[in-house]
Amino acid sequence: MSAVIDTHAQDHHHGPAKGFTRWLYTTNHKDIGSMYLIFSFAMFLLGGTMAMVIRAELFQPGLQIVEPEFFNQMTTMHGLIMVFGAVMPAFVGLANWMIPMMIGAPDMALPRMNNWSFWLLPAAFLILISTLFMPGGAPNFGWTFYAPLSTTYGPPSTTFFIFAVHIMGVSSIMGAINVIATILNLRAPGMTLMKMPLFVWTWLITAFLLIAVMPVLAGVVTMMLMDINFGTSFFNAAGGGDPVLFQHVFWFFGHPEVYIMILPAFGAVSEIIPAFSRKPLFGYASMVYAVGAIALLSFVVWAHHMFTVGIPLAGELFFMYATMLIAVPTGVKVFNWVATMFRGALSFEAPMLFAVAFVILFTIGGFSGLMLAVAPADFQYHDTYFVVAHFHYVLVPGAIFGIFASAYYWLPKWTGHMYDETLAQTHFWLSFVGMNLAFFPMHFLGLAGMPRRIPDYALQFADFNMVSSIGAFMFGATQLLFLFIVVKCVRGGEKAAAKPWEGAEGLEWTLPSPAPYHTFATPPEIK
Amino acid sequence: MRVHAKRAGALLGASLVSSQAMADWTLNMAPGVTGTSNEIYGLHMTILWICVAIGIVVFGVMFWSIFAHRKSKGSKPAHFHENTVVEILWTIIPFVILVLMCIPATATLMDMYDSEESDIDIKVTGYQWKWKYDYINEEFGYFSNTTTPQDEIYNRVEKNEHYLREVDNPMVVPVDKKIRFLVTANDVIHSWWVPAFGVKKDAIPGFINETWTRIDEPGIYRGQCTELCGRLHGFMPVVVKAVPQDEYDAWVAEQVASAERERELTSKDWTLAELMERGEGVYNTNCAACHQANGEGMPPTFPALKGSRIAIEDMNAHLDVVVNGVSGSPMQAFGEQLSEADLAAVITYERNAWGNDTGEMVTPKEVFDYKNKE
Repeated sequence: MSAVIDTHAQDHHHGPAKGFTRWLYTTNHKDIGSMYLIFSFAMFLLGGTMAMVIRAELFQPGLQIVEPEFFNQMTTMHGLIMVFGAVMPAFVGLANWMIPMMIGAPDMALPRMNNWSFWLLPAAFLILISTLFMPGGAPNFGWTFYAPLSTTYGPPSTTFFIFAVHIMGVSSIMGAINVIATILNLRAPGMTLMKMPLFVWTWLITAFLLIAVMPVLAGVVTMMLMDINFGTSFFNAAGGGDPVLFQHVFWFFGHPEVYIMILPAFGAVSEIIPAFSRKPLFGYASMVYAVGAIALLSFVVWAHHMFTVGIPLAGELFFMYATMLIAVPTGVKVFNWVATMFRGALSFEAPMLFAVAFVILFTIGGFSGLMLAVAPADFQYHDTYFVVAHFHYVLVPGAIFGIFASAYYWLPKWTGHMYDETLAQTHFWLSFVGMNLAFFPMHFLGLAGMPRRIPDYALQFADFNMVSSIGAFMFGATQLLFLFIVVKCVRGGEKAAAKPWEGAEGLEWTLPSPAPYHTFATPPEIK
Repeated sequence: MRVHAKRAGALLGASLVSSQAMADWTLNMAPGVTGTSNEIYGLHMTILWICVAIGIVVFGVMFWSIFAHRKSKGSKPAHFHENTVVEILWTIIPFVILVLMCIPATATLMDMYDSEESDIDIKVTGYQWKWKYDYINEEFGYFSNTTTPQDEIYNRVEKNEHYLREVDNPMVVPVDKKIRFLVTANDVIHSWWVPAFGVKKDAIPGFINETWTRIDEPGIYRGQCTELCGRLHGFMPVVVKAVPQDEYDAWVAEQVASAERERELTSKDWTLAELMERGEGVYNTNCAACHQANGEGMPPTFPALKGSRIAIEDMNAHLDVVVNGVSGSPMQAFGEQLSEADLAAVITYERNAWGNDTGEMVTPKEVFDYKNKE
């Protein structure tokens, strides 16, 4: 349909509106993408600040800085803000910016809905963050909000938390519908499904996961709402309810959710590694099938988060086998990335550094995931710092490094300027060292027997906690450098060529840098 | 990697944590004192070494590429981008490794789930924030509360060796006997964990989970609650004392006798002063975590008792709240948790402490009548 737009529109190119209304009313995928990215970075800093409070309290045994009730609010809000405020919106921002440009579309398929799905997010997080200032404090039951701690025993602000989750869910579902509609309908002629860049493929699959599980999350928080305010007993054993039901429903959402946070990063890394290896991606088709397999398997492994709740032996065995099976397609992806680098002509600019670190450290997180899948061993690992180490290894150098790699890779296209390579490499190395210093010792702490979500600990855990806190402070402070690098790049710098990376492939590099406000009003030719 | 971690750790340790004499640099899971925990340790080490081996191969190829195939070294990129044989191989080989791994894991799991034919049954109940151990066959039970002083937690005095992992009444069990645990909870979900046994089971209200252990060596084994259960989740230790059979038998006899003495307290005549004295102890163990030692609570979740209507007006309302709890709130029903003497003492205490000064008392007999009237 975009093929009929006449060239007249391009001649009298209308740019963005002026002032605040540009951002409030915009339906432009690039503006909305930028807003998502800025919002997510703001949430990243806020959630990170909470992590700093947590690590400061855990610097030494004893209670020094915060009381246990506030500590629990910090762990809860840190998790919620990072998952729903930082990682997910960052990938939606990248999708907004890049998907139309990668498939040769003029914009997202549903631009007004795009505007609304963004503006719901600040509203949701304003509600969520305001709970910190309510009587009784913010949610304090962990980001997994297990009932009945979050229902019968929850603080009065829980109802606001539920409302915020509902709004975030609406926003995510609309974002996902938009991505699917765009990819299925607006591809340039000749851009067949199996020619799509992997970032587009992984986002297509992620969007289906979102549509499948966000309603489940909405369902579980609605049941909580009923239990708290309308006298039902879904999760209250005293009223004939079932606290374990909560965990089944939550993790039916929660496990696909963790792939929602990592699949787009897989896609981005699959763009970046070939670009800096100057060699095509190894095993494109198997990459697509592997992502599909991971997505399907993610629906049948949820109870591996619940090995100790007392599910029957047959259930334990099924979920152990299914979970281990995920290692196969995940392994295929890692092998493909390594095979792409093998006998390439590698150079290590910031995007590549983050992408290579992604592969190495995500694999380490995958290994600890495999260990956790062994159900008998999980009885020792479960709810210890080993789990904390595991999911931070897949989320920080996984999702977050994937986002940093994407940001550096596409910043020249977005801003028209090259970022400062020296500063970016400093950002990488400080992040890399800080992150490993913060999270690697957590494996040792977990294996030595330190449970998660405690504000104070026995003395044998003191040393590694101190190391971990030092690493966390280092990682946290380093992220201010990223802010500086991006601002500097937006304001000026060396002019970026249309294709600043020698080995980069894809339609986005056929456009000038910075990308004009409207692109591909006439669809490109795909050979 | 291990050596590096140790070396880096030692450096940091020397410069920063010289004051923490008790701390150590444990890197790995420790084998325990039960068959289960040793099997788990074996599985853990097997899967760890499999991961290390795969890691060496994958990262080996990767680092070779990083060093040898650099553009700056004049490497010319190859153009291959698929190889069906290789792709099938690296799908099948990991699959086979996983199947092999599942065999011992399945065997261990089946063993862990076999809690039939036990010698001793102990019901473990999680409360916010303490454990109760009921010896079902011997008909006695007791609470196990943390004994770590607030002064140590708030760094006013030096912390002792078993900081946060010490209790007033540990669970006592015999060695070389199959002990079955029936695990449940009274309020929110807790999780009972003793690492040395390889036993961790969630304590869930409305459910009774089964697990078991057989301890090889006498000793004191320490763990703690591992499921976030509210404010004092980090202050809910598990301590188990494993003793030889004859020592265990003597301990059981003493517990049975002491339970009998406790029951006799109900019929004894009490004075206000005696009840106040006993009540203060009961209050500090059971109530102060929420309502605070000074009775001021933490409104709005945990209301103040000092000057509250319930504590200074109608006695029956006060009895009702303490005995039956308040449905839909964190206030538990203490009727089954505490003896009549303790209930009477704590209610009397609450009505006369912190300037409540009603001068009223309730006797254990009256509490007994109240409970049975219902």
